[in-house]
Amino acid sequence: MKTVLETKNINKYFKKPVLFHVLRDISFKVNPGEFVSIMGKSGCGKSTLLYILSTMDTDYEGELYLNDKLITGLDKDELSRIRSEFIGFVFQFHYLLGEFSVLENVMLPAKKLGRKSPEEIEYSAMEKLRMLGIEKLALKRASRISGGEKQRVAIARSLINDPIIIMGDEPTGNLDSFNSKLVFDIFQGLSKEQGLSLLVVTHDEDFAAKTDRIIEMGDGMILK
Amino acid sequence: MTNWKLILSIARTHLLTKFRQTAIAALGVTFGIGSYITLVGFMTGLNQMLDSLILNQTPHVHIFNEIEPSEEQPADLYTEFENSLIMIHSVKPKQSQKKIHNALALIDHLEKDRNVLAAIPQVKTQIFYISGSIELGGNLTGINAMQEVSYFNFGDYLIESEPESLENIDNAIFLGAGVAKKLSLSPGDRVQISTVKGNSFPLKVAGIFQSGIADLDNIQSFASIKTVQRILGEPENYITDINIKLKDIEQAPALANKIKKQFDLQAIDINTANAQFETGSTIRNLITYAVSITLLIVAGFGIYNILNMLIYEKMNDIAILKATGFSGTDVQFIFMSQAMIIGFVGGVLGLVIGYLLSVVIDRVPFETEALPTVSTYPINYDPWFYVIGIGFALISTFLAGYLPSRKAKNIDPVDIIRGQ
Ligand SMILES: Nc1ncnc2c1ncn2[C@@H]1O[C@H](COP(=O)(O)OP(=O)(O)O)[C@@H](O)[C@H]1O
Ligand SMILES: [Mg+2]
Repeated sequence: MKTVLETKNINKYFKKPVLFHVLRDISFKVNPGEFVSIMGKSGCGKSTLLYILSTMDTDYEGELYLNDKLITGLDKDELSRIRSEFIGFVFQFHYLLGEFSVLENVMLPAKKLGRKSPEEIEYSAMEKLRMLGIEKLALKRASRISGGEKQRVAIARSLINDPIIIMGDEPTGNLDSFNSKLVFDIFQGLSKEQGLSLLVVTHDEDFAAKTDRIIEMGDGMILK
Repeated sequence: MTNWKLILSIARTHLLTKFRQTAIAALGVTFGIGSYITLVGFMTGLNQMLDSLILNQTPHVHIFNEIEPSEEQPADLYTEFENSLIMIHSVKPKQSQKKIHNALALIDHLEKDRNVLAAIPQVKTQIFYISGSIELGGNLTGINAMQEVSYFNFGDYLIESEPESLENIDNAIFLGAGVAKKLSLSPGDRVQISTVKGNSFPLKVAGIFQSGIADLDNIQSFASIKTVQRILGEPENYITDINIKLKDIEQAPALANKIKKQFDLQAIDINTANAQFETGSTIRNLITYAVSITLLIVAGFGIYNILNMLIYEKMNDIAILKATGFSGTDVQFIFMSQAMIIGFVGGVLGLVIGYLLSVVIDRVPFETEALPTVSTYPINYDPWFYVIGIGFALISTFLAGYLPSRKAKNIDPVDIIRGQ
């Protein structure tokens, strides 16, 4: 069976302000449809790892595979394309373009990818918004909606290009328990019903306990 | 593969939501281009007017006979003295006439030249204007009025009179404005003139001539060639000057040289006659361009500043775009197109405002004794200024946008996201 995401011996150093070995020999796999959470103390390197996995950070040693294909060492424009085609990313802070409408925020990555016609893109964007229960907000400005709503918009955006994996960096870290549960349920639905792989960093024990697998990190290493 | 529609729509959203900053940046360009158009149109308009003031009145080549001492003295021709030093004192001008020999044939010959637009004869003489016991020295020039009108804008310098009347009215004269004032004469009056030889003639004042150059208007008058020939008692082939207008003014020195050599006449070309004048207009043009370019550069810095600020404010957007699949080049294009839109809109607005200001200046009354042909400030509407204006707006906004947009291209999204 294919693996969606695999790392082999990833090491990363920060050279400033002092030489700092932030990630040590990270090797793990994520299988299709698997919902994996990453836990670990603040500062142990979870975000740093996620930036590497999402192809945004290319300054590391080791190998990164997506769909069994080595993507380490590809050039930036190719990585941009891979990122938009295969990876959905949800941040802790709802990173939306505040001047655009909710619908436009969701559509932009698909328009960039250009795989579908504008009508199809709008249709599937509305579909995603409906799935997340926020289709009523479609035409609102992204800066004028609540935090929980923003996070759901960000999830809709991460889904627009039908990625093979969603990565989240503490996506519920900023939400109240009601909205946290909402987001968790959405993630679980995606994994169970649509067979999407998820890799989510969290501090929330309850959240992690309900996922398929927990990766524990400490001091830049995988503990178990 | 760049999706321009998408990039332009993002750029447009950025510009519209930051409308105030966009407007200020665009107005910077508008100001620069608008003042460039106004300034350059006004300055070159003035230059052209001053140029044409000279060019219209001045023949491209002026042919006449000059009284001068013979270069060859009889002793030079005598072979016995060939190897000796000859000293001759008190050399006098050769006995010669002002008349151009065989002038009518020469005019025919000149007009056959492809470069020559017209060769126009004149008869110049000195006269006295007589008023009671007062004799006022002056010049009378016999002209073909209609030809002078077509080729040297003679009509522009006539007050209260039609150039035709010189030909139609018997013994008509156009008096210089200064002469008319001194003698209290106005059109319809009679004036008595006398030749150097002492013969006097009554002439009818048919009009007033005013060139704006007081020294000229105080002495100069015009009559038809026939009238002057009659006053002087000379036949119809008595012509003292020929004025040539060329198709291409650049040919003037060459033609003048040719005539000098071939016909043994004096021929002065306009470039020689007005050398210092040309330097003046070159310097005025230089100043115009220096000021305009300064204005445009200032506008360029304004755009640079505002784009820099915009990109600083849009750091988050840049990181998000990059995190969701936009490449650095896409981001650069987004900001470059913002710069170019600002440049284009500001530039076009600048052209419109420059044009409107020019029209306003064009209507402002500008009346001066010195320039009888001008009633409002002159403006040059050369379309090239507009092409240069919009071109400069686009180039300067391109340069001003390039550095900030390259910065945006190279922003590492991880740095921004981590910074939160
Ligand atoms: N740009 C950087 N330069 C130097 N050190 C950094 C940088 N970013 C993060 N770090 C350090 O790397 C470690 C891991 O950070 P991070 O991956 O954000 O941790 P986590 O997300 O697990 O809380 C921290 O000690 C942090 O101080
Ligand atoms: Mg973190």
